[in-house]
Amino acid sequence: MNPTKDLTQIVQTAVERHGAQPDAFIPILLEINHEYGYIPAQAIRQARVLLHQPEEHVLVSEGQLYGVASFYHMLSVQAVGRHVVKFCESAPCHVQGGRELWRAVQQELGLQAGETDPQNRFTLKTVSCLGLCGVGPVMVVDDDVYGNVTPEQLPNIFARYE
Amino acid sequence: MKFNRSLVLVSKDPESLRRGAEDVYKQFQSSLAEFDLQGEVALAPIADVGRHDALPMVIIYPEASAYGPIRAGDVPRLVEEHLLKGRQVEDLFAPVKELSGRVGWLKSRKGAQPMEKRIVTRRVGRIDPENIEDYIAEEGYQALAKALAAQPAQVVEWLEKSGLQGRGGAGFPTGLKWRFVAGTKSAKKYVVCNADESEPGTFKDRVILEGDPHSILEALIIAAYCVGADEGFVYVRGEYGLAQSRLQNAISQARAYGLLGKDILGSGFSFDLHVHSGAGAYVCGEETALLESIEGKRGEPRARPPYPTTRGLWGKPTLVNNVETLANVPAIVLNGAEWYRSFGTPSSPGTKTYTILGNVNFRGLIEVPMGITLREVINIYGQGMPPGSTFKLAQTGGSSGSIIPASLQDTPMDFESFRKAGVSLGSGALLICDEHTCALDLAVTLMKFFQFESCGKCTPCRVGTARAYKILTDIQKGKGKPQDLETLTQLAGEMEYASNCGLGQTASVPIRDTLRHFRAEVEAHILLGVCPAGVCNVNG
Ligand SMILES: Cc1cc2nc3c(=O)[nH]c(=O)nc-3n(C[C@H](O)[C@H](O)[C@H](O)COP(=O)(O)O)c2cc1C
Repeated sequence: MNPTKDLTQIVQTAVERHGAQPDAFIPILLEINHEYGYIPAQAIRQARVLLHQPEEHVLVSEGQLYGVASFYHMLSVQAVGRHVVKFCESAPCHVQGGRELWRAVQQELGLQAGETDPQNRFTLKTVSCLGLCGVGPVMVVDDDVYGNVTPEQLPNIFARYE
Repeated sequence: MKFNRSLVLVSKDPESLRRGAEDVYKQFQSSLAEFDLQGEVALAPIADVGRHDALPMVIIYPEASAYGPIRAGDVPRLVEEHLLKGRQVEDLFAPVKELSGRVGWLKSRKGAQPMEKRIVTRRVGRIDPENIEDYIAEEGYQALAKALAAQPAQVVEWLEKSGLQGRGGAGFPTGLKWRFVAGTKSAKKYVVCNADESEPGTFKDRVILEGDPHSILEALIIAAYCVGADEGFVYVRGEYGLAQSRLQNAISQARAYGLLGKDILGSGFSFDLHVHSGAGAYVCGEETALLESIEGKRGEPRARPPYPTTRGLWGKPTLVNNVETLANVPAIVLNGAEWYRSFGTPSSPGTKTYTILGNVNFRGLIEVPMGITLREVINIYGQGMPPGSTFKLAQTGGSSGSIIPASLQDTPMDFESFRKAGVSLGSGALLICDEHTCALDLAVTLMKFFQFESCGKCTPCRVGTARAYKILTDIQKGKGKPQDLETLTQLAGEMEYASNCGLGQTASVPIRDTLRHFRAEVEAHILLGVCPAGVCNVNG
């Protein structure tokens, strides 16, 4: 998550790595999202210029790319905080202590689902099952996975992220 | 208190006795003594086992292996192999038959982690998934060699005979699907592995992909050979980073060994494979949405027909199979349909993986023959419920599965029995809930999931899930009205009949099941303003 990186460079590298065919669109957007933290309008504009190749019969509009970027939960078209907390809301985590944990997470961060704090430190998101139910309830901060989480552990976990 | 690690039951009904059950029983007593197992293994007679074709019958728990007919002479081998070395004696198994449900009468017991029957997970944890040599040493790519030496139609026939049914949720006969695609005339065809696995509570495909990625490659190469495809995709959900990198690694190794690419094993057949990442959307597990997603679009399901078998990826005939379905294929090709049919039930042969979750002592993945009961799963594999918990309901098959009350826990878990009972096996997730779970609260959680994951393309699903969620949360907060239940029932019907894909259709299930089995509990929230389970904050 690093919005200080050069966006143009990120877009170019992603297109070069995955190619400019339609089946590369989602991998390209995933890479931009991962490198920059989210997909700003400018990235969509730049990607479209590189991907639209009428002579190769690849026709793509900005609206189409935006439509894709806004459809998938792992892609974000809105700016996020320096760290993203993803909380699993599915039934298995819910009945294994997730119900109580969710209240504690909201309280600890002072955020509701979808919100970012004023210091831009955390964005809180809810996600569907991550396939880690064997150790539920599960919470993911950036790329770090936490399983069997209890409300008491939360202050310690969040303190690791500046 | 003394715990036995195994329990041996010998049938001693009059018919069994006439056929020598007493000798079998005595032989068990002496063989157990001979191997010094009396302290660990309990022996008990039982009366009627509910079937009469394989008497005397011997059933060994915790695996619930049914052997029969057994003669005294078979006993020493059973004791040495099964009870001492932990290997089931497959040639002594009783003929596969639909279970009557009466085999579910075991008592709750504790002990070592029981043995399972592993086919799709047989290499998981035993080989280095990043090393193709390990895979080859464990029968790897032998099925491919056997398939390439046979005619494609022959291989498809093996699959049809095996009775393998799709493990992605719908249970469609796999061999038949392969035959459909093989029968299409097209210069270009695709095979696709559906590894989107987003059904809440399901992680069997992840375990297979991470633990044995080459088995999926091998199955896809065989599939491509059978249907006449030269290109394939594994669509892996975006959250499964490790599975993706293990697959990538397996693909480059297979290419280096000449198992992918041009002229595979000198057969003249060519095929190549790509890993494609999803980006977080449950609906992309639906096969036509998945194809849209590979094509770089929003994952909105297509109208069907045409089905992918005739018009799939980029408009070409496409075979789509689930990970677990494919993982069965090399084993079937190698060992034959007869062998495969010796597990499970006649209408649902083979094994099934289940993820056991919720209020049980052991949570995790198991692979067992089709047809065992939920009671067995909870008491044997889940090692019972925590002290003070009683079983209230199970949610099977992820969100799109069914809610099963305690009264249905002796239904054998196979496609046909579940269909008859009106419940869905789905992906094999088994969420076990105790009495501290509120059925309404569970329905709210499930409906929130559907509302969040609805792709928005068709109105019945987009509006239906949102309205149902609103009504359910209102009831939960004490703002429910008696006529809400009528409205919910109507909404469920509309979603089921008018939605474009399975997502909207199954979104009706939590409503229907909750009102069918737990109506009084929901009514208590509305009429009395209380949550009987003490979960919902009804007046808050
Ligand atoms: C909303 C929805 C989600 C689905 N998710 C998955 C999934 O995650 N994995 C899967 O294999 N099949 C999923 N399916 C089923 C597929 O559409 C398809 O039936 C399956 O991939 C066929 O493979 P099989 O014949 O091997 O079971 C889903 C279906 C629906 C309607």
